[in-house]
Amino acid sequence: MATDTVTLKIKRGESGGASRWEEFRVPRKPMMNVISCLMEIQKHPVTADGRGTTPVNWESSCLEEVCGACTMVINGRVRQACSALVKDLSPKGEPITLEPMTKFPRERDLVVNRQRMFDALRTTKAWIQIDGSHQLGAGPKVSQDDQEVMYPLSRCMTCGCCVEACPNYNDRSDFMGPQVISLTRLYNMHPSGRMQAGARLDALMGAGGISDCGKAQNCVQVCPKGIPLTESISVMGRETIKRALFGWLLKG
Amino acid sequence: MAAKSSILTQSNQVRRAIVVGGGLGGLMTVIKLCEAGIPVDLLSLVPVKRSHSVCAQGGINASVNVKGEGDSPYTHFYETVKGGDFLANQPPCKGMADAAPGIVFMLDRMGVPFNRTPEGNLDFRRFGGTLFHRTAFAGATTGQQLLYALDEQVRRYETLDVEDDRGVTVPGEKMVRKFEFWDLAGLVLDDSGVCRGVVAQDLKNGEMRAFRGDAVCLATGGPGLVFGRSTNSVINTGSAAAIAYKQGAIYANGEFIQVHPTAIPAADKLRLISESVRGEGGRVWVPKDRKDRRHGRDIPEAERYYFLEERYPKYRNLVPRDIASREIFRTVIHEGYSAEGEQAAYLDVTHLCKTAAGKSAVRKKLEGVLEIYEKFAGADPYENPMKIFPAVHYSMGGLWVDFEKGADGSLKPGSARNQATSIPGLYATGESDYQYHGANRLGANSLLSCIYGGMVTGPAMAAWRDAQPQSAFDLSSTLFDTEHKRRVDEYAALGSRSGSDYSVNPYQLHEKLGEMMLQKVTVERHDAELDGVLSSLQDMKAQWRKAAALDPAAKGTINQPTVFLRHLDGMLALAEVIARGARDREECRGAHYKPALDPELHPDDPKAVGRDDARWLKTTLATFDGEGPALRYEAVDVSLEPLAKRDYGKVSAAKPPPGEAAAQGPANT
Ligand SMILES: Cc1cc2nc3c(=O)[nH]c(=O)nc-3n(C[C@H](O)[C@H](O)[C@H](O)COP(=O)(O)OP(=O)(O)OC[C@H]3O[C@@H](n4cnc5c(N)ncnc54)[C@H](O)[C@@H]3O)c2cc1C
Ligand code: SF4
Ligand code: SF4
Ligand code: FES
Repeated sequence: MATDTVTLKIKRGESGGASRWEEFRVPRKPMMNVISCLMEIQKHPVTADGRGTTPVNWESSCLEEVCGACTMVINGRVRQACSALVKDLSPKGEPITLEPMTKFPRERDLVVNRQRMFDALRTTKAWIQIDGSHQLGAGPKVSQDDQEVMYPLSRCMTCGCCVEACPNYNDRSDFMGPQVISLTRLYNMHPSGRMQAGARLDALMGAGGISDCGKAQNCVQVCPKGIPLTESISVMGRETIKRALFGWLLKG
Repeated sequence: MAAKSSILTQSNQVRRAIVVGGGLGGLMTVIKLCEAGIPVDLLSLVPVKRSHSVCAQGGINASVNVKGEGDSPYTHFYETVKGGDFLANQPPCKGMADAAPGIVFMLDRMGVPFNRTPEGNLDFRRFGGTLFHRTAFAGATTGQQLLYALDEQVRRYETLDVEDDRGVTVPGEKMVRKFEFWDLAGLVLDDSGVCRGVVAQDLKNGEMRAFRGDAVCLATGGPGLVFGRSTNSVINTGSAAAIAYKQGAIYANGEFIQVHPTAIPAADKLRLISESVRGEGGRVWVPKDRKDRRHGRDIPEAERYYFLEERYPKYRNLVPRDIASREIFRTVIHEGYSAEGEQAAYLDVTHLCKTAAGKSAVRKKLEGVLEIYEKFAGADPYENPMKIFPAVHYSMGGLWVDFEKGADGSLKPGSARNQATSIPGLYATGESDYQYHGANRLGANSLLSCIYGGMVTGPAMAAWRDAQPQSAFDLSSTLFDTEHKRRVDEYAALGSRSGSDYSVNPYQLHEKLGEMMLQKVTVERHDAELDGVLSSLQDMKAQWRKAAALDPAAKGTINQPTVFLRHLDGMLALAEVIARGARDREECRGAHYKPALDPELHPDDPKAVGRDDARWLKTTLATFDGEGPALRYEAVDVSLEPLAKRDYGKVSAAKPPPGEAAAQGPANT
């Protein structure tokens, strides 16, 4: 008995301020997702009980779950708003709740500051060091098997679902999160990326690195891209142990 | 200048260049500037890693000839200009096609996980408008993978120190400073009209700031949101290009808007189903019986009308996009065919998935693309033909940019003229320029043009900077303060729009704009309708002046509705450029199609000229006259290849599908 409207309960608020809940009702349309509901509110910023309010602020860009911008907590679960379909969230007209992620400082309404995730990419040297963008011929050959391991790792869109779910990621710890551990695995697999593997491992062995992971495995369950995070954590765990034990020999 | 440092001012400020936009075009420009030793301020609406370029699925073209088919960069060049219906200047296209293999190799060295052949080489697939395997791809998210590779290189430059002319590190200064969540608000132009910097706004707190730059580049992407719903990311409003246009930059070929043949219709966005689906063997069809309401999967082979294959036996489902879109539009809208009674056609891969091996091969190559259908349309595309319809996708038009031709007839690298807009010191690259695609872009040529554009823009900006007698950093601050104040006041005025004088909701106005543009200025264009659009746009501009700030109390914090007013203003300005260009161009060329001028439909009408090279082999140049666009035209450089008919081997247009009951006749349009 799906109704002809969608009810949304949205947790709103300012940076550092108190939160308030606002309820909205928007017309239900086919193939609707959470973003299209928020767009309806922009066009009619009126709460369910008829009070005029302001449009909700949120982040989005691609609307096809590939940019990572629109992450929020929807019905208690962290995920992308653009791929959260109303027909699945509210088959019978149940209210849908939207909250900002909790592991990052709120900036306004559903917008949080995820700069910490981008900073971690700098710390772990998440790039392949090339000699320059000028012509140096073809790249290294890569087997189909390796490509099949690397491509899924490379789809991480820095969306934050994994760290939102991780019990060890919070404002009291420096933990950089499973996504950078997984990306380090990617760069260390690449035929030329491998040449700087040691420096990346050192970063993972430093503050906020792999030893902060308690292996709770929450992360892998919420990654929208199905990235094998726990597998990467155990691969890199072995690599860092090897480096801790024999690294001084290799450094020579 | 010799006595002064080219890197530091006397007060030890670093002289930087500015790049606005961190998609593929902007990031490649940044890399080239850094390699030239020039520090950069990089501004972007969103973290650059979330730029619209992530959406590209299918791939990037380069004639590497891995399959030994005899492909060559020259063929790529020719097919690019032919695909663009000869409206693109040929020297830059030649430069791009020649550089393409090197670009793909560079991306591979940066770690893009491209798909591979058994030997470990790059794999290539087929795309529209060619018979060769020319498109390199990384799963179904090539754009994302390319963007990440460039993003990573730029992140590295965020950690590298600036060095002064003697090679000494400047403490605390990094080669790249990123300003993410910043919106362009204005250009700073000096008395002689030279661009000396920008004013931009921090979207997190509303603060406006003037940035000095010894060369400025806009790499701000396309204007898809002018059409409301499109395949574009929702940040693609074209606002930055509109600001440049309103400050005097020429906007070229605005009327050429690519409509992609295959997207999933929905309320918030028309999600693309990549051309790679057809490249890998996907077929487009409709039920022969116009009244057929069965599910696609239940319709037997003999009752399907594969209209692209029938009409184009050589290119079949891989004709260029403008042609495919028009054929689907015509078949569904005018001839009355449908998919389950909806205004849609089928795009089908189920025939490839009949065996487990077939299905797994399709999954391997197209999983990411088909996942989009599964996720957003909620049906399994391995079992069900997908329902699709054309959608606005790409703007061939954009800011006008120059090029310098070398002795070999190709673009001359290193010249300060390349990618220079009509405002001296201001450059443009990526989808926000107009240069490489003429009247229609070939699939997988855009990622290439963005990166090639960036490779050319960086050195061009460096050459410009070196040739300037005075650096922006040595000018009096008055110039910057004035533009800063103008934009601060402008924003304050927008932000205080409340009360009964401001009764219009800007998001509703945007919806109206989008619906009108989508209906009347896309696949088929009629003069009378375009006249209506142009007059409605005047009304909409008046309504914009009544549009309210929906959150006037929010100051010093995020305020998306007020910022949207600025973007809507830009969209209205570009809508007028697009519609005016379409109205005035009296021919059919590439994506610009007027049924009244199609000789196939009107064989006896001398006015139905089709493509009219004698009168219209010209670039449209729009300048802002204070109210709206004034149009002029400029000759196209076709110095390398003579014009040819743009023929993809169509057989008689009127041919009915075999086996169709003769009595049915064309449906009412
Ligand atoms: C769904 C889809 C699939 C596609 N698939 C392919 C494909 O397979 N192959 C292909 O070749 N092409 C493809 N294209 C086209 C291609 O993706 C785009 O043309 C290309 O990515 C544009 O890149 P860009 O660098 O010009 O701009 P974008 O990637 O759009 O980046 C623009 C940048 O500018 C910034 N910006 C914008 N406005 C402002 C402002 N006002 N102030 C500050 N910053 C601003 C943004 O934040 C962003 O960083 C596809 C397009 C779509 C929509
Ligand atoms: S395994 Fe657990 S502790 Fe480790 S990153 Fe994942 S969720 Fe966090
Ligand atoms: S690993 Fe997955 S959940 Fe974590 S940031 Fe990347 S894409 Fe998001
Ligand atoms: S908007 Fe890009 S992931 Fe949702």
